Amino acid sequence: MKMLVCVSKTPETTTKIQLTADKSDLDKSGIQYIMNPYDEWYALVRALELKEAGGGSVTILNVGPADNDSVIRKGLAIGADDAIRVNSEDGGSLYIAKQIAAQAAGYDIVFFGKETIDYNGSEVGAMVAELLDVAYVGEASHLEMNGNTATITRDIEGGVEVVEVNTPLAVSAAKGMAEQRIPNMRGIMMAKRKPLSVVEPIDAPATTVIASYELPPEKSAVKLVDPENMDELVRLLHEEAKVI
Amino acid sequence: MVLVFAEATNGKFKKPAQEVVTYGAKTAAALGTDCVVLTLGDVQDAGDLGRFGASKVYNVSAPALAGFDSGVFTAAIAGAAQQLGAKVIVLSHNSTGKNLTGRLAARLDAGSAPGVRAVPVIDGGKFTVRKSVFSGKAFADVEILTDMKVISVVGNSIPVEANGNAVGVDSLSVELPTPKIKVLSTKRAEGITPLPEAELVVSGGRGLKGPENWAVITDLANVLGATTACSRPVSDSDWRPHHEHVGQTGVAIHPNLYIAAGISGAIQHLAGVNSSKTIVVVNKDPEAPFFKSADYGVVGDLFEVLPLLTEAVKKFKGA
Ligand SMILES: Cc1cc2nc3c(=O)[nH]c(=O)nc-3n(C[C@H](O)[C@H](O)[C@H](O)COP(=O)(O)OP(=O)(O)OC[C@H]3O[C@@H](n4cnc5c(N)ncnc54)[C@H](O)[C@@H]3O)c2cc1C
Repeated sequence: MKMLVCVSKTPETTTKIQLTADKSDLDKSGIQYIMNPYDEWYALVRALELKEAGGGSVTILNVGPADNDSVIRKGLAIGADDAIRVNSEDGGSLYIAKQIAAQAAGYDIVFFGKETIDYNGSEVGAMVAELLDVAYVGEASHLEMNGNTATITRDIEGGVEVVEVNTPLAVSAAKGMAEQRIPNMRGIMMAKRKPLSVVEPIDAPATTVIASYELPPEKSAVKLVDPENMDELVRLLHEEAKVI
Repeated sequence: MVLVFAEATNGKFKKPAQEVVTYGAKTAAALGTDCVVLTLGDVQDAGDLGRFGASKVYNVSAPALAGFDSGVFTAAIAGAAQQLGAKVIVLSHNSTGKNLTGRLAARLDAGSAPGVRAVPVIDGGKFTVRKSVFSGKAFADVEILTDMKVISVVGNSIPVEANGNAVGVDSLSVELPTPKIKVLSTKRAEGITPLPEAELVVSGGRGLKGPENWAVITDLANVLGATTACSRPVSDSDWRPHHEHVGQTGVAIHPNLYIAAGISGAIQHLAGVNSSKTIVVVNKDPEAPFFKSADYGVVGDLFEVLPLLTEAVKKFKGA
């Protein structure tokens, strides 16, 4: 089975978000970047497990500038066979999806993470599926293959749905799909020699642009309530906060 | 025209559907146009959605819509939008919406804003809508540049408004592809509001010490009618199911009330919960970082505090 895992690069999870003076962008100084956790922990690892069980290949795909190569190499160190980087700056979700779709023909499964932890869009996987005219299952927490038929459990509000679908398909991975793998020394050494091909983007217009950012308002100081007096907390929640 | 896709659960329209229709009606008013609703498959009382501001409700029914296949649903919604001449499509940013927003945008070559929290601002031809990013650590104002637009709305982010009247339901016929997905089973916990939609949430962390101690959390949740949640290490240790994990790498929530007990308030946890309207923190460590993000704090042992709080809520509800 030929598998493609689309990965994105996001600020590390402990990042304190700060904005530039005109609020048009994040203040990127000092931000550490990682592979988007859903892409790394769940999508990539499940693809590798499927390859280990049934053969095939796992290719990593990233749309981004040369700085992203470190994230791609990490994916290769975890175990992917090779990688493609579409050499482009971010142009918005549909732009990215069109770049991915231009590379994704011929794969049996195209994996995504359920969302990026920066933009929280949850839309690129579905876009690629539509562009390729293949089935899409979002927020999948289990995926088993039997021949070319996948049985997939997807998270729904307060429960799960189990579906059956044939390849080719696109899927976005949520918690439960696999367990995080830490690359070992051998993987890191091998990753340096694995092929990473850089291709140029196709033309596609931006359909959205982030005009500005805003930080949430600061919380005022916490009001402490005596642990012996929970009637008082209930009164505050009812009369002051008006939430119960 | 604004077209709202209203989703039914087991054929019935609940609060999430009412919210998106309210959102669509407000967006239509800002644009000076009409809001119409599309429903798919076998549904009850669809005309009732007029009460939330829709001028018309349409329904597409076909065997291909019996199970959820994002490709088929996308064809139905996009087809309806094209027939009706709608330029803005609004849907819920729930599990169904997350399977559809991207497909619709790609199919219609539309700009999209997934996971918005407020009604769009229309200013001299610019269409800008605010969404939360970094799981709530910041907001982004996304300008949609295309004529056709797709917006998905986060649950519990705008209050439902029922100022209108029930309207008629017309059926539409749209050409649909053959489903590629076969639904084998659908399971939902009955009687519990799912976390992303919950107004009241009671959450436990590692301070609970083990799954056998969870009654202090569930008892409080039961008297409040709240949904339960947990921190990541709790679900990683299988003390609680994965779907209860909130935070930057779990579910992002925005209830009216979030009660956190035995949770330290790590930045990744806060990211998913800090847009809650009111936060109550119970922690025995007065230095716990969570107190900085809390509205109300109780410094004490949760095994003593939570049962007292449960009793106090019972007393309040009984009064
Ligand atoms: C990449 C990444 C992503 C992450 N994503 C998430 C995420 O999405 N969600 C998330 O929650 N975490 C996430 N984390 C983990 C996060 O960093 C913290 O480790 C985690 O939130 C801590 O969980 P906790 O507060 O339950 O446990 P702890 O930090 O161990 O805190 C337990 C708290 O309980 C208190 N306590 C103990 N006993 C009692 C008692 N009897 N009464 C009252 N209080 C008591 C203690 O004072 C302490 O404050 C992530 C981490 C990483 C690296």
